Amino acid sequence: MTLTDPAGATGTGRPPPAGTPAAHPRSRPRGGHRGPNWPLTAALCVAALGVLVPLYVTVSMSLKSASAAASGNAFSLPWPPDAHSFAVAWRLTRFPVSFGISLAVAAATVAGTLLLSSLAAYAIARNWRVRMFRWSFFYLLGAMFLPFPVVALPQIKLTALLGIDNPVGVALLHIVFQLSFSVLLYSAFLRSVPGSLEESARIDGASTWQIFWRVIMPLLGPMNATVGIFAFLASWNDYMMPSLITADPALQTLPVVQNLFQSQFGTDYNVAFASYLMAMAPTVLVYLVSQRWVISGVTQGAVKQ
Amino acid sequence: MSVPVRFARGAAAARGPSARRRRVEPVFYFFLLPTLVLFTALVTAPAAVGIFYSFTDYVGFGDWSFTGLTNYVALFSDPSVLSAYEFTIGLALVTVVVAQVAALALAIGLTGRIRFRAALRTVFVIPMVISGIVVAYVFSYLFSNTLPSVAGALGLHPLEQSVLGNPHLAWVAIALVSAWQTIPGALLIYIAGLLSIPGELYEAAALDGASAWRRFRSVTLPLISGFVLINTVLGLKGYLNAFDVIVALTDGGPGTSTTSVAMAIFTGYTGGDYAYQMADATVFFVLTVVVSLLQLMATRGRGLRL
Repeated sequence: MTLTDPAGATGTGRPPPAGTPAAHPRSRPRGGHRGPNWPLTAALCVAALGVLVPLYVTVSMSLKSASAAASGNAFSLPWPPDAHSFAVAWRLTRFPVSFGISLAVAAATVAGTLLLSSLAAYAIARNWRVRMFRWSFFYLLGAMFLPFPVVALPQIKLTALLGIDNPVGVALLHIVFQLSFSVLLYSAFLRSVPGSLEESARIDGASTWQIFWRVIMPLLGPMNATVGIFAFLASWNDYMMPSLITADPALQTLPVVQNLFQSQFGTDYNVAFASYLMAMAPTVLVYLVSQRWVISGVTQGAVKQ
Repeated sequence: MSVPVRFARGAAAARGPSARRRRVEPVFYFFLLPTLVLFTALVTAPAAVGIFYSFTDYVGFGDWSFTGLTNYVALFSDPSVLSAYEFTIGLALVTVVVAQVAALALAIGLTGRIRFRAALRTVFVIPMVISGIVVAYVFSYLFSNTLPSVAGALGLHPLEQSVLGNPHLAWVAIALVSAWQTIPGALLIYIAGLLSIPGELYEAAALDGASAWRRFRSVTLPLISGFVLINTVLGLKGYLNAFDVIVALTDGGPGTSTTSVAMAIFTGYTGGDYAYQMADATVFFVLTVVVSLLQLMATRGRGLRL
């Protein structure tokens, strides 16, 4: 994603190289006339345990009673299941509040990222020949090399100074750290969109603002999905930024409040795991329901430039 | 907003860069401005201020005076800073290799003649959508409670103590969890790369009697080298900023054996040490830029276009 070829960006207006893999997924397996490779399938199933076992442990621990969880065998079945831990975790983490804050921050990040970077990318892509727009592109792109730890300390001070050392500041910072990558994706895509559609709208008397909303935005559909998924996951799962920026512990996001179980309630494993499960479940469920969409979006973002 | 209709836009653009002084519709500045302003206010300006203070003795509040390069000189003779860099770079290199090898192997498996392809892919991508710190808390339990008891039952005495409490092994746990979390992203890129290789190449190689390993070395690897590079660039940059996973697993310990640069900067700052930590952050920035540029140069040298 950090790779952009300046040669491709110098505004020749050529579409990106055709035949990107996402464009023609090959469902036919290699050497398809033979039967399935069972040893390979078995090996992959074993490897999948590497993902499934930690998830199983999380679910099973969360359903145990306090004494069963403390006994130490993580793999034993939670029988009889005891969902009491969820009620305790719900109360301790003030789940509705931290969930709500996480969701609001992620939603604001997605909305802000989509709006700001699509507008900026449209301006840049259509005015590439003007120096200011070209330089703005590279200026924004430079931030891809700028990790958060480098600017974190001044940002902590700045957000405190401006009175946004709270979820508002976190959302704003999530947006700015998403801008480079998103502008890059949008402008690569927009350069491949021919100007003819916009011209016919212009002849019909549409202003540039109207053209953006009525012609460009609908075209950006797949890119919006990609940019939105990346922005959402980056914001929803982030720990570093909210933990450093938000001053009031009562306003922390869902991943940050999990540190509660590292000290105070360190031995109530069933409650801790119930809380971890409640923190993981929303994205995992959404992913399982919309995985085709998520996978193609992510693949496009990473490869299709 | 009324904007003059410009019929000749396409024709003008076709004349190429030789035609100078093109008018820009003012509305485009309004499209770009919010992004530039927000970015400058929240990233560039703080970065500039922070770097400025790295040449002072500012403690985060109150008076300050210039101290020139004092902070930087002190930095390079500070064993805790040097060990943080050593740990961070080592961890990033190990993790990137582990994650790339695993992701490529899984991608090759998932594009092979297998059953349950969709289900398996679904499972392998799950870690991508879970918060790193929450995953690391789960692994923290597995490493400190489950692994020792399993090792005890199997008679593997060195592992009966929690690896997280072992200054020589804790980094392995961190590398494994970081890799676990980042494999899906790399995996999806590799799958896309592998699917872009024409199947005829493999058929031709098989007809020539090439072994599976030979086909991998001579067909697969050269053709996906671009994808390997993009994954390495992304991976290294991420691992250099390691923070979440370490906080959850070891919190920098035992001692300071797993303190990453990002962590050292944050904890030093909480200790009331602004200017010195900004000097560290500036050095870290230079390191990140150098690493990224080296990788980009390697990419361009191969004439890649992704």
